[in-house]
Amino acid sequence: MSKYSVLSLIKNAFSDNKNWERAWRDPEPKKYYDIIIIGAGGHGLASAFYLAKNHGIKNIAVLEKGYLGGGNTGRNTTIVRSNYMLDENALFYEKSLKLWEQLSHELNFNVMFSQRGVLNLANSDSQMDAITRRGNTMRLNGIDAELLDRRQVEKMIPYLDFSDTARFQIKGGLLQRRGGTARHDAVAWGFARGADQLGVDIIQNCEVTGFKTKGNNIEIVETSRGPIGCGKVGFAVAGSTGHLASKLGMKLPIESHVLQAFVSEPLKPVIDHVVTFGAGHFYISQSDKGGLVFGGDIDMYNSYAQKGNLPLIEDVVTAGLAMIPGLSRLRIVRHWGGIMDMSMDGSPIIGKSPIDNLYLNCGWCYGGFKATPGSGWVFAHTIANDAPHELNAGLNFDRFRVGRSVDENGGGPIPNRH
Amino acid sequence: MIRIKCPYCGLRDHSEFNYIGDATKLRPINPELANDDEWFDYIYIRDNPRGVHQEYWQHISGCRSYVKVLRDTVTHEVLKTGLPSDDLLFSYEAEK
Ligand SMILES: Cc1cc2nc3c(=O)[nH]c(=O)nc-3n(C[C@H](O)[C@H](O)[C@H](O)COP(=O)(O)OP(=O)(O)OC[C@H]3O[C@@H](n4cnc5c(N)ncnc54)[C@H](O)[C@@H]3O)c2cc1C
Ligand SMILES: [Zn+2]
Repeated sequence: MSKYSVLSLIKNAFSDNKNWERAWRDPEPKKYYDIIIIGAGGHGLASAFYLAKNHGIKNIAVLEKGYLGGGNTGRNTTIVRSNYMLDENALFYEKSLKLWEQLSHELNFNVMFSQRGVLNLANSDSQMDAITRRGNTMRLNGIDAELLDRRQVEKMIPYLDFSDTARFQIKGGLLQRRGGTARHDAVAWGFARGADQLGVDIIQNCEVTGFKTKGNNIEIVETSRGPIGCGKVGFAVAGSTGHLASKLGMKLPIESHVLQAFVSEPLKPVIDHVVTFGAGHFYISQSDKGGLVFGGDIDMYNSYAQKGNLPLIEDVVTAGLAMIPGLSRLRIVRHWGGIMDMSMDGSPIIGKSPIDNLYLNCGWCYGGFKATPGSGWVFAHTIANDAPHELNAGLNFDRFRVGRSVDENGGGPIPNRH
Repeated sequence: MIRIKCPYCGLRDHSEFNYIGDATKLRPINPELANDDEWFDYIYIRDNPRGVHQEYWQHISGCRSYVKVLRDTVTHEVLKTGLPSDDLLFSYEAEK
């Protein structure tokens, strides 16, 4: 497989771009793999990539029921940040952010990581206190954070409602300059190409339908393309985790919920950063094609349908208009939904499972895209060594049973409140 | 829009309701005697079915009572509703 470079670009331009090689193979499933990862979203692909790259494991498959990157990876609003307070999250997401900073080079694939800054607005005095505390905690962990006052925010993004009559006054904001966005599809494609080059079989249109177990081990993974033997199995199926776990009679501290996202008609550059609202749940950025990409809350009820409902759309748009009145004349051109694995404390589960050779990667809630490289890194470590990496040791499944939940915003054990 | 039949108010839009969640979880009957595993199961573990789900919605913009709802999590179709004390039984096979 050839490397992408300026030379390859020129060469292929001269042959009318007709001779590009396939970016990854389309192999038939083998009878047996040492490691089977289920789900070819960013997390599954990154896990396979790092298993091959960091741990030298050769016989790996990633099984995907549809096409790779067609799940939440290809549906999310692509915000990347590491502005967390609890160590379990902060250090993990910061590792992920550091991996993002090198990812295009590492993969020889432009993931269009754009560190345009993530600004969280504060709309009340108590929110100002909360973001001050958050920023200070981040800095103690060596993570960049800057506290902006109202005037600094106004200088940076004058398009907010700074009038005296604004319903929600802007008090200030917390800025993480190293945060930003990335091109979601490119992340899936880059990891897929990288993993494939290292010998990983990525098998699409291959749904896992069940398991055959012996003792406390999975021996066979049943798929729509026949049974496949396995040494170890990793789940990376995001919103489908509960459904897949039920095939093993396993129940998890997770509920599946639908989250919608929206894109407006394209505009000239207007929103240069990622900006989030303090008075409601709303986040927005502008894609390179010019569309404003935004979202808000989940629809709140359990769902496995990749579609949402109108009341929530009204809710998101209302919050958006309260934050940026100028959006009122914009048209939404597309919206869609993805199924999210909402965990009981708002933090992910990456680690061992009650079954000896099964490993779990789930519970990503609203924010697993930014975790993609970090998640792959520590999940690969966990599977290869049958023991967690220090960065996911606290994000284990057992934490709930022993009362060590990682509840970043103090929402309590309610899955739709994180 | 999902439409939910409140036993008191009739068929209403779901935006009048607050979603409470899974209606199958029961608090340990004898809290003093319950062990960690029972609390763990009650507080954290969810069946999270892909299909028929038994759940509570509260009619906050109406009579404010809790309504038990059987809803399909794939189609969002409401199959049955009743009082919290009702046993709502449903199977797609039986309905055919
Ligand atoms: C609308 C929306 C906006 C979001 N915004 C952000 C954001 O701004 N920032 C952020 O960090 N995160 C965001 N997220 C969350 C993020 O997208 C997810 O947490 C993340 O993509 C999960 O990655 P994944 O690779 O595990 O999942 P996915 O990409 O969903 O991959 C799981 C794969 O498993 C496959 N699968 C499922 N069941 C089976 C089976 N039985 N057999 C075989 N394959 C199976 C699916 O087809 C899918 O491709 C958002 C999510 C949504 C829905
Ligand atoms: Zn009512």
